[in-house]
Amino acid sequence: MRSRSRPAPDPSPWLFIAPAATYLLLFFGYPVVKNLVMSFQQYTIRTFYTGAAPFVGLRNYSTILSSDLFSKALLNTVLFTAASICGQFVIGLALALFFQRSFPLGRVLRSLLLLPWLLPLVASGTTWRWMLDTDSGVVNDVLRHLHLLPSGVPWLTGTSQALVSVTLINIWVGIPFNTTILYGGLQNIPTQLYEAAKLDGAGPVATFRHVTWPLLRPVVSVVLVLGAVYTVKVLDIILLVTGGGPANATETIATQSYELSFQQFEFGRGAAMSNVLVVLSLVFAVGYLRANRRATSV
Amino acid sequence: MKRAPNRGWPSTIVGIVLLALMLFPVYWMVNASLQPAGNLLRGDWFPFHPDFSGYRTALRDQGGNLVTSLVVALGSVVLSLSLAAPAAYALARFPLRGSNLVLLGILITQMVPSIVVANALYSAYNDLGLLNSYLGLILADSTAGVPFAIIVMRSFMRSIPREIIEAARVDGAGRLRVLTAVVLPMSANALITAALFTFLFAWSDFLFALTLTTTQTVRPVTVGIYQYIGASTDHWNAVMATAVLASAPAAVLLVLAQRHVAAGAAGGSVK
Repeated sequence: MRSRSRPAPDPSPWLFIAPAATYLLLFFGYPVVKNLVMSFQQYTIRTFYTGAAPFVGLRNYSTILSSDLFSKALLNTVLFTAASICGQFVIGLALALFFQRSFPLGRVLRSLLLLPWLLPLVASGTTWRWMLDTDSGVVNDVLRHLHLLPSGVPWLTGTSQALVSVTLINIWVGIPFNTTILYGGLQNIPTQLYEAAKLDGAGPVATFRHVTWPLLRPVVSVVLVLGAVYTVKVLDIILLVTGGGPANATETIATQSYELSFQQFEFGRGAAMSNVLVVLSLVFAVGYLRANRRATSV
Repeated sequence: MKRAPNRGWPSTIVGIVLLALMLFPVYWMVNASLQPAGNLLRGDWFPFHPDFSGYRTALRDQGGNLVTSLVVALGSVVLSLSLAAPAAYALARFPLRGSNLVLLGILITQMVPSIVVANALYSAYNDLGLLNSYLGLILADSTAGVPFAIIVMRSFMRSIPREIIEAARVDGAGRLRVLTAVVLPMSANALITAALFTFLFAWSDFLFALTLTTTQTVRPVTVGIYQYIGASTDHWNAVMATAVLASAPAAVLLVLAQRHVAAGAAGGSVK
């Protein structure tokens, strides 16, 4: 079998990684650094014509942090993220526990559940926008027919309702992901443990508390942290459904960053704002790593 | 223990009800797309008289954008897989010093918001002439696909028995040949999963399409719909028909490649 001449010298293993690593450095590393630099520059639409982007120190940061909108956007981001994660997780876990029983068509139903997560956000966002329309939306239509609310809720046009509405839509998008991951975690719990709990006379609540929950904990923390890291930067849904309105009721750090850069062409300030977003993500990630270390060191 | 032959059917009914609630917006999207134009202010609950004029208008106005999305998504699949497959192989099979660092870097990419990437790429693309180009969008859209594909393929390639690879090495195959002749064919499932999700990521992309295109020349359907909403409030059936057409790949892939979708969704948690 070894009649062939010696094979050409093997390429270094790093040559296999180099193309992907170069790509990741160019499309993640460079943007992060460039963004950091831009946030200290007066980088506006004029920069593209004159090439001049003078350094202005921390002025971009002081401008955005002192604007009236910032505290509102930060609060909205925290509320949107926290409520989305709670809703997605609780409903996702309930569905995962439900699908854990074996019943006819269970598998088919479980995989069809993934559809909301796979659809382009533009398609589902547009549909929700239409469904939540105050006058002609199907949601108010149903509420009216059930005589629950005669006048109709201004889901997307009311300043106190809009944030709740986009959060609910985001929960809807996130449920399938949570269900899938938590279902996978549940499948990994050995069935003998459930049988032992049953022999000990444990009811469903006690079994959940003493068997399911402790063993699911690692998966739970993964789901929650991933959820937080992904949710904090959600931009598409809000942009599509409310555009940050009405009266800035659904502005978040992410939408603010988009508007500063791509509507006001204040790229320096937009960069500063998006760095606030990076810091928020880092806080979640560090919290996660610390929680993880504590869990493994016990 | 009950062991009635119809055991579980009540759960099936509950499951169908839950699924119907979750998928109602999808139904409503299809239903609205089949209503006649203008009549949508009080759309019917069922498309008793399906009207396809919405689709005709949608294809006329958005057909080109759908093709653009298809080109960008396929390009992103090719780029992502050809970058990710060798990297995944090396990270899975070679004892490399520093490979943990690469993996950590891949995890960190998941925390970088797209708006950060878009913000920096806009000026870089402006200098390089990549705004409003297929290549520019393919490169930017692959930021979702490349890390995902590396993670999914790496974890699969780790499970290939060592003996098979060693046997090929003994036969004189170099590393590259082992990858193309042994590892990749054996990893077909992981490749399909990665390709499928990379396609959907790029196909669904909204932010890069919105920020990195400024003219009509290269316009993915996601931005097409976004502008459609603003422009034609009296053609809601056409807007919804476009949404249905944009959703079709996800629905088709979910039905045809259920197993791969489930594997990919689970792979997402490894990230």
